[in-house]
Amino acid sequence: MHLNIDDVSVVYPSSDGRPPVSALSKIELEVGNNEFIVALGASGCGKSTLLNLIAGFLAPTSGRLVLDGVPVCGPGADRAVVFQKHALLPWLNVLDNVAFGLQIQGISTAARQETANKFIGLLGLDGFQKSPVYKLSGGMQQRVGIARALTCDPKILLMDEPLGALDALTREKAQELILNIWNDTQKSVFFITHSVEEALFMGTKLIVMSPRPGRITHTFDLPFSRQFLAGTPARAVKASPDFIGLREDVLKIIFADEEGAAQ
Amino acid sequence: MSEQTKSQALRTPGLFARLSRARATRPGEIYGVPGQGNTLWLSALSIASFFFVWWLVTAMGWVRPLFVPSPASIVIKFAEIWNSGFTGIPFINHVMISTARVFGAFLLACVIGLPLGLAMGMSPVMRGIFDPPIEFYRPIPPLAYLPLMIIWFGIGETSKVLLIFLSVFAPVVLGARSGVRSAAIEQIHAAYSFGATRWQVMRYVIMPSALPEILTAMRIGIGFGWTTLVAAEMVAATQGLGYMVLSASQFLQTPVVILGIFIIAIIAFAFDLLMRFLERRLVPWKGRM
Repeated sequence: MHLNIDDVSVVYPSSDGRPPVSALSKIELEVGNNEFIVALGASGCGKSTLLNLIAGFLAPTSGRLVLDGVPVCGPGADRAVVFQKHALLPWLNVLDNVAFGLQIQGISTAARQETANKFIGLLGLDGFQKSPVYKLSGGMQQRVGIARALTCDPKILLMDEPLGALDALTREKAQELILNIWNDTQKSVFFITHSVEEALFMGTKLIVMSPRPGRITHTFDLPFSRQFLAGTPARAVKASPDFIGLREDVLKIIFADEEGAAQ
Repeated sequence: MSEQTKSQALRTPGLFARLSRARATRPGEIYGVPGQGNTLWLSALSIASFFFVWWLVTAMGWVRPLFVPSPASIVIKFAEIWNSGFTGIPFINHVMISTARVFGAFLLACVIGLPLGLAMGMSPVMRGIFDPPIEFYRPIPPLAYLPLMIIWFGIGETSKVLLIFLSVFAPVVLGARSGVRSAAIEQIHAAYSFGATRWQVMRYVIMPSALPEILTAMRIGIGFGWTTLVAAEMVAATQGLGYMVLSASQFLQTPVVILGIFIIAIIAFAFDLLMRFLERRLVPWKGRM
């Protein structure tokens, strides 16, 4: 899997007499196989716009996105999206929600339930197949969303603040779960978050973005998720001096952006 | 704080202040939910006192039976009509024909109105074309265009069913149309990201999520249908509950008028209960996600 984002800009046209807004300016990004890219930045820096571009919901004003030699033009099953919330279908039970992508692709009921069951097991949802999704906790709903995204064997998982609505404890558990799934399935991931700690812990590569115009200002290669997968406990990774030092550096960058915006 | 304001603050609040203050809830309820609580007993009491007052004013002879006949006389009248019919036609025929007219019109309105409403929600072209005529006729009372129905479609069943159909049609269309907006954009994006076509998004996301509003619209629609029944049966009808009420009123048979009103109310209420049951079965997730 190779995603190439080449000199991509997005400009929202002027409206109501306001000048055009440059949401993204000259974005260059390469996503390789099994990479875990985390995007971090102040509100309005264009993280979600970038995700929407990769998902194909939005066309760039200039530049191009190429996934394995094919230009991205519109959404497709090779790029699955996990949303923050509201994306499950409450009239379907857990099994049918997970199998929903396969149903869209016309897979037979028996085959799609078999695949869905595999991912339900992988996400620790066994026994909840027949449960209505609206009765699940937020953390379990999010696992259903991740299982659903995985069923269609996408090349890249696009996660738009998937853990943003969870409480702190559930969130840490979910981080570990996602890293393990990522390691098991060898997918590539593009992950948006507002939490610096989450960004550093999860990613293999961190892009820090800055608003007006939205652009990538810093890039860091991260070792921490590999340390966790090699056996170091999550809290030990997050408490290590390297982690804390980098966390403060990144926070400084983001606070500087916020202050720049305030002036 | 001065001495005077301190003494004011210490004084117990007045009766009105105590009544209008919110109280902490019992366990199992949520504080501050508007209109929370069970209404069954109050409703039963309300119905019982209605019948009691009715019985009282007639039994004491405070009003003449011509204006308000006694409950017992309604029951007697009901037995009479049940046994020997009204204007030579069995009672059950009156009920059947009216029910057939209302439900025929209702089904027709759903079959045409629901797809049209969904299409209007989905497509600006459809909305642009059909919004003006529907919004034009919707607020007009059916009695106003009843003469036109007769001139155009005669005095047979067509104009009767059409009149009821029109009154059901508008709320059904509008409900389906606004139901289209119920789906969260994330649900729609999720479907598209699996490679769904526009038709699949419609079929698997937009239509199911519109179902709660569609069911509500159907409930409102059938209600409009029953309110139009009497107007529809003003036209050269020889049977039907509306006809029964109208012709009884011309002969000052007040018990029959009240009986007809009760029969209509009971059928409409029974159907509404059925719709509420369907709602609980079909959309238990309503408002929960």
